[in-house]
Amino acid sequence: MAMLKYEGVGITAMAAAVPHTIINNYEYTQYFPAEQVKEVVDKIGVYERRFADADTCSSDLCYAAAEKLLTDNAVDRNEIDLLVFISQTPDYRMPATSILLQHRLGLPQTCTAFDINLGCAAFCYGLSVIYGMMQSGGIRKALLLDGETRSKVYSPKDRRSAFIFGDAGVAALIERDPKFGISYFSLNSDGSRGDLIMIPGGGYRHPSSIETLKEKVVDEYGNIRSDEQGYMRGGDVFNFVIREIPRNIKQTLEFADIGTDDIHYFVFHQANNFINSYIAKKMKLNPAKIPSTIAKYGNTSSVSVPLTIVSELRNSLFGERTLLLSAFGVGMCWATGIVPFVDCKISEIVEV
Amino acid sequence: MELKEFIEKLAEAIEVEDANILNESTNFRELDEWSSLSVMLLIAFYDEEFGKQIGDADIKKCVTVGDLFNLANK
Repeated sequence: MAMLKYEGVGITAMAAAVPHTIINNYEYTQYFPAEQVKEVVDKIGVYERRFADADTCSSDLCYAAAEKLLTDNAVDRNEIDLLVFISQTPDYRMPATSILLQHRLGLPQTCTAFDINLGCAAFCYGLSVIYGMMQSGGIRKALLLDGETRSKVYSPKDRRSAFIFGDAGVAALIERDPKFGISYFSLNSDGSRGDLIMIPGGGYRHPSSIETLKEKVVDEYGNIRSDEQGYMRGGDVFNFVIREIPRNIKQTLEFADIGTDDIHYFVFHQANNFINSYIAKKMKLNPAKIPSTIAKYGNTSSVSVPLTIVSELRNSLFGERTLLLSAFGVGMCWATGIVPFVDCKISEIVEV
Repeated sequence: MELKEFIEKLAEAIEVEDANILNESTNFRELDEWSSLSVMLLIAFYDEEFGKQIGDADIKKCVTVGDLFNLANK
């Protein structure tokens, strides 16, 4: 099994941006009766989330976060040699959004930029890629940008996904410094579960057509979506999570020779309240070490892990802290990262 | 596990207030407390109580509490 190990690289600063429009889930009743909505909202624990407007893309959220980060930390943009943009809601099918961001952020042409299209587990992959490239020595500073506008992906008329997702963008500055100890990553894939979370139409397997854009009733409950909107098989996803995640966390801790007592914070992908409570209970983790943003930002896909760090740990990462990051989702893929943070500077969240 | 004990634990798991209303032939989807989110509670129940991994397809095949009981003992 592939376990990745890096030394002397880490995140020195972080920032995040969220859209200003707040959706109050209890009032999100244009397609469902209020009592039904209340039942769903109470169960999943998502009370509010942020929706980007029609003119705002993931890249715009990441741009705002990056500007805040670069300003707050007086970063010389000419020293940024690498930019990685994580998203499954890019500006265009081509060109890659990272290249457009290189220009928008005024970064030099010598800056290497590319996108990662992966979904909920992607932040750990992004860190792994950047840490790996930085260890080769040639990169002075790297920017990891992670943004999603899932509000534009799912149908508001499909009760199973209408209340869960929200939008956000983050920026992380990564540098080499001996103060950072060893980071460990386990990155895993299972394509046999590829149809658990999916947007079936609009790619090249089922190209866009009048048919793929038509809204259809998709189940016996009367939920409605088109082939170009996402769906989730909730039960199977939950099954996958409880089967794979605790096991992978244990394996990664063993590889790192670290116990759960040595972890300062466990940051889980914010899928829904029930999943994370269940994992915490199953692994007997101290709830005080588990920050959460599901209630106010919902499930922001790959952004949820770094967003939770920015939102909840802003004043908690001075000195040396060891964080365990656990993310899982569409693919299916899942990642565990054991990542040292040392004096990480976190900016206040920006609204776009 | 005996049926009676199973019914008690099942009621607790899926948040049915009165376990006494449940019997082998109860259609669980018609219970007041049942919602599409109850599927998650059921999966957690099978994982915790029986160490069994069940999915949407397994649950779809069940109609009664008796079917759920058989699924646990398979």
